[in-house]
Amino acid sequence: MAVHPISDADAIKPPKTQTGVVGWMRQNLFNGVFNSILTVVILYILWKTVPPLIRWFFIDAVWTTASEACYAADGACWSVIYNNIRFILFGLYPHDLQWRPLAAIVLLIALLVYSRDRRRWRRSLLWTWLAGLFVMGLLMKGGLFGLENVDSTLWSGLPLTLLLSVFGMVAAYPLGVMLALGRRSRMPAIKSLCVVYIEMIRGVPLISLLFMSSVMFPLFLPEGLTINKILRAQIAIIMFTAAYIAEVVRGGLQAISRGQYEAAESLGLGFPQKMRLVILPQALKIVIPPTVGILVSAFKDTSLVVIIALYDLLKTTQSVLSNPKWMGFSSEAYIFIALIYFICCFSMSDYSRKLERELGAGERR
Amino acid sequence: MNETLIQDAPEDSPIIQIVGMHKWFGDFHVLRDIHLNVKRQERIVICGPSGSGKSTLIRCINRLEEHQRGDIVVDGIELTNNIKNIEKIRAEVGMVFQHFNLFPHLSILENLTLGPIWVRKVPKKEAEETAMYYLEKVQIAEQAEKYPGQLSGGQQQRVAIARSLCMKPKVMLFDEPTSALDPEMVKEVLDAMIELAEEGMTMLVVSHEMGFARSVAHRVLFMDFGQIVEENTPEEFFHNPQHERTQLFLSQILH
Ligand SMILES: Nc1ncnc2c1ncn2[C@@H]1O[C@H](COP(=O)(O)OP(=O)(O)O)[C@@H](O)[C@H]1O
Ligand SMILES: [Mg+2]
Repeated sequence: MAVHPISDADAIKPPKTQTGVVGWMRQNLFNGVFNSILTVVILYILWKTVPPLIRWFFIDAVWTTASEACYAADGACWSVIYNNIRFILFGLYPHDLQWRPLAAIVLLIALLVYSRDRRRWRRSLLWTWLAGLFVMGLLMKGGLFGLENVDSTLWSGLPLTLLLSVFGMVAAYPLGVMLALGRRSRMPAIKSLCVVYIEMIRGVPLISLLFMSSVMFPLFLPEGLTINKILRAQIAIIMFTAAYIAEVVRGGLQAISRGQYEAAESLGLGFPQKMRLVILPQALKIVIPPTVGILVSAFKDTSLVVIIALYDLLKTTQSVLSNPKWMGFSSEAYIFIALIYFICCFSMSDYSRKLERELGAGERR
Repeated sequence: MNETLIQDAPEDSPIIQIVGMHKWFGDFHVLRDIHLNVKRQERIVICGPSGSGKSTLIRCINRLEEHQRGDIVVDGIELTNNIKNIEKIRAEVGMVFQHFNLFPHLSILENLTLGPIWVRKVPKKEAEETAMYYLEKVQIAEQAEKYPGQLSGGQQQRVAIARSLCMKPKVMLFDEPTSALDPEMVKEVLDAMIELAEEGMTMLVVSHEMGFARSVAHRVLFMDFGQIVEENTPEEFFHNPQHERTQLFLSQILH
């Protein structure tokens, strides 16, 4: 029987693959005839398109002029933003009170940034949020502490978009989780109720839900009783989003093995504790990516409320563009709000990646 | 050593009483007329061919499976649909699974304190102290901050044992605790179980580990086709099996 000597582990290194810029280019851009042609074609297209775009965006653009100067300029007319920023962002909200929605938005962003850190997720954070939401509501609505009352029909622009989407997401998520649990319930009544709800909601477009909430729903209410239009749209968005979240969460629940349920049960944990402490933390983590996908589209879908005549960010922008003075500059205006939407949606995806990384950190190497 | 262990089983009321118990999966009669009394501090090893109903039997004891006929009384509480009673019994009955079933999203320490904190309402600090005590006992205290996925199979199974012990159970059920392990890790888990046995824990162990059965069991039960076919002391069971199915089974596992 032979004994093989163990070779010195340090002596053998993996072969070098990276050999400077040229090596990288050869490996990634010019490995083979087809890839080389592709690289050249793409470089040509970039050379043809990027410089004119840069010229239009920045060099030939006008920034802070009146509309007349825009017609003379060759580049983008960012003046349309500059001159109408307050209407685009705050819409019909009384002009001299617009610091209030601004403050509310700043407070919201501050809270969101503060909550990014998972170590701050304590019970006190919940109270902080409740207090924050109260202050935001107070700022928007007024009527207390000497703040002038602003009717909610005047709420518009970015605050409205954020209101609909943030509340929509925050309320839809737990509702969706409940629906997912209900759909897996052993009690037939609960189960079928959840199945019917989920399948019905997923069977209709959000637009029709919004229509129903704004046109049909009031018909069923007793005379004299009205429910705020924003609230109705909000409920429609929550109901819609929750159904989608429910299906995603259900997928996550199915991925958890029976052994996890049994281990939790054999410790004597009751149903709520078993779900909260063992099953949901794992299931919800698995479905972070598709959940964020749904939240991102829910955020963008809030723009559909224009069809029931709510003045969200998209609608305020459209109103500016219907002003004859600014009529021709829709590209600039839409690029601007696209940028706002992008920043919001990107922050969401970025945060979800961070969360996924952190939650997965210790587990399974 | 065998004799002394048998003698220290006291003669008072049984902790588990199973009388005329039947269970079906659909039309499949998986457990037939099971009668079993387990005394306090008694240690029983259950063996038998695959599919004979061993797992189902011990899973009925903490109601992971529901029996359809007969009675099961654990520590004076009868197992019925009463969910409060079921949870009470589960808190007193520890269970160790073939595939460990640790909670992968919690650290080892959190795995061990979960039950005591939420079921027994023990303060966190005290629960952690107990957890560290049992981790030391199964000799993996240094892994407390790690996650289950970072441990070997043998270590995970020892954590699973410690997790059950933290609930201070009156009975421990083991369902083939070593059969998912690599051979070199079997011993460390068996050693932990033997130590537990020596401290007088009441144990029901589904296992084919002869050596373990010989050194700690008071009784060995042999199951086949959902019935308890034979039961005897380990010595008699292995050297002088009565039933022909037992003989056949033993000849297969002892090749
Ligand atoms: N949940 C279940 N549904 C249907 N049949 C089952 C279920 N669990 C186990 N069985 C069947 O019951 C029999 C006994 O299973 P089990 O108790 O796991 O056997 P053992 O542990 O002795 O190998 C097997 O034939 C198995 O296929
Ligand atoms: Mg089994």
